[in-house]
Amino acid sequence: MIVSIEKCMHCGACVGSCPQNAIYLNEVVPEFNEDCNKCGRCVRVCPAGALRMEGKR
Amino acid sequence: MSPDYDVIVVGAGPAGSMTAKHAAKKGARVLMIEKRQEIGASLRCAEGVNRKGLEKAGVEVDRRWVAAEIAGAKLVSPGGKVFRIDESQAGNEVGMVLERHLFDKALAADAARAGAEIWLKTAAVGVLKEGDRVIGVKAMREGEPVKLTAGCVVGADGFESQVARWAGIDTSLKTGDITTCYQYRMANLRTEPDYCEFILGSAAPGGYIWIFPKGDDTANVGIGVLASKLKKAGEVKRYLDAWIKKDERLSCGQPLEAVAGGVSVSPPVERSVMSGLMLVGDAARIIDPITGGGIANGLLSGKYAGEVLGDCAQANDYSEQALMPYDKRWRDSMENRLWRNWMAKEKFLTLSDQTLDGVIETLSTANVDKMSVHNILRAIKDRHPDLVKEFEDLI
Ligand SMILES: Cc1cc2nc3c(=O)[nH]c(=O)nc-3n(C[C@H](O)[C@H](O)[C@H](O)COP(=O)(O)OP(=O)(O)OC[C@H]3O[C@@H](n4cnc5c(N)ncnc54)[C@H](O)[C@@H]3O)c2cc1C
Ligand code: SF4
Ligand code: SF4
Repeated sequence: MIVSIEKCMHCGACVGSCPQNAIYLNEVVPEFNEDCNKCGRCVRVCPAGALRMEGKR
Repeated sequence: MSPDYDVIVVGAGPAGSMTAKHAAKKGARVLMIEKRQEIGASLRCAEGVNRKGLEKAGVEVDRRWVAAEIAGAKLVSPGGKVFRIDESQAGNEVGMVLERHLFDKALAADAARAGAEIWLKTAAVGVLKEGDRVIGVKAMREGEPVKLTAGCVVGADGFESQVARWAGIDTSLKTGDITTCYQYRMANLRTEPDYCEFILGSAAPGGYIWIFPKGDDTANVGIGVLASKLKKAGEVKRYLDAWIKKDERLSCGQPLEAVAGGVSVSPPVERSVMSGLMLVGDAARIIDPITGGGIANGLLSGKYAGEVLGDCAQANDYSEQALMPYDKRWRDSMENRLWRNWMAKEKFLTLSDQTLDGVIETLSTANVDKMSVHNILRAIKDRHPDLVKEFEDLI
């Protein structure tokens, strides 16, 4: 997962939406662990458009 | 060996602070940890609440954290039909818009006065378990790992709700039960300074656009869109920007603050306690699925949780059975309402802009003297019984 530091608003919407509980939000940017199954939900939910799946534009 | 604390509350939002306060008041040794550096900031809320919700939770209104008193509400249909609810006759049930950064701090200050300890910049990163029982949290305190034991850990970590999932309670949501939100606090607006406005329909698919006044010419102008209705990254902000651009009362304004966040619009959790663990507020998924409002329910759940934890501390028993009275109390007070509103949400989601225009038009002749989902559903039941027939016995 690619996170745009410039866009991220630290809101935690991605964390609460991840079915795998694979995201942890420190006070800078969300971190993704190996439980991520690339379902893409966090990308859609992120209100700031700060997330992008690797290999996708 | 006795645990480090009787109760560790994770998250210093309204639900966490109420839990900490009421548990400490009954003599429990309480620690509340908050990962951010400031309680109540940054904002993730539109700050609307009604007086009754505060009263029920025993929170006395303090003018210092009230940004605006509300005279009523306006529901606006996609075609511009308006249903206006004048609350001037509603007595103590009128709405208000808070200053959450002050409100949340005031609640945490009450917890401190009751004897709770508070640590900032301390994030829970996992729970400690012994068999099926939660016995504490793993945390990072200013970057240093710490292990803390407790009789009971309280997940008050809001929408993120990781404590529950670390402990083994599944609080994950389907996309149809997640609303993704974006908001600006704006100044130089030409909106009504004492009316909360809700704009319905395809401008905000599966949700609504809100304008909640914050005094003078300022307001929280925001949007919630159902995640299942979103196709592309960042779409929710584009929906809001598009609306602001075309609404002349808003396009003259400028932003002072941008807010993002997620809201659950789901039925409540099936399980809010297990041995050594309780869930309160958003972490228990008790946001109202129609309005997206969670402050009042969060406060009340925190009060119940704290009171029960006080008793548990006195008996030194944090088994699931000992914590169950909390589960029962919040369910008795709000579960039916949450289910009814969830069903209403599922139904309203399916309505076209045209149908919504018709509904708002007929409602505009209804005499509703206070803004509540129940009152509005009752008025709909009178005029459009077909829309509510699946859950009419709950209205
Ligand atoms: C855009 C938006 C608009 C809203 N508008 C309204 C409204 O008008 N009216 C209304 O009633 N409700 C509204 N809500 C919902 C409302 O904000 C919540 O229901 C309310 O804040 C819930 O309180 P809480 O204490 O459960 O959680 P929160 O207030 O979310 O508090 C949780 C706290 O836990 C902390 N935390 C999280 N994880 C950890 C961790 N691992 N370790 C330590 N600390 C942690 C967070 O930093 C946070 O301070 C809105 C929500 C959003 C997103
Ligand atoms: S892609 Fe899916 S599993 Fe991976 S972090 Fe995002 S929501 Fe979680
Ligand atoms: S949802 Fe988006 S803006 Fe919010 S914390 Fe996650 S990446 Fe950042």
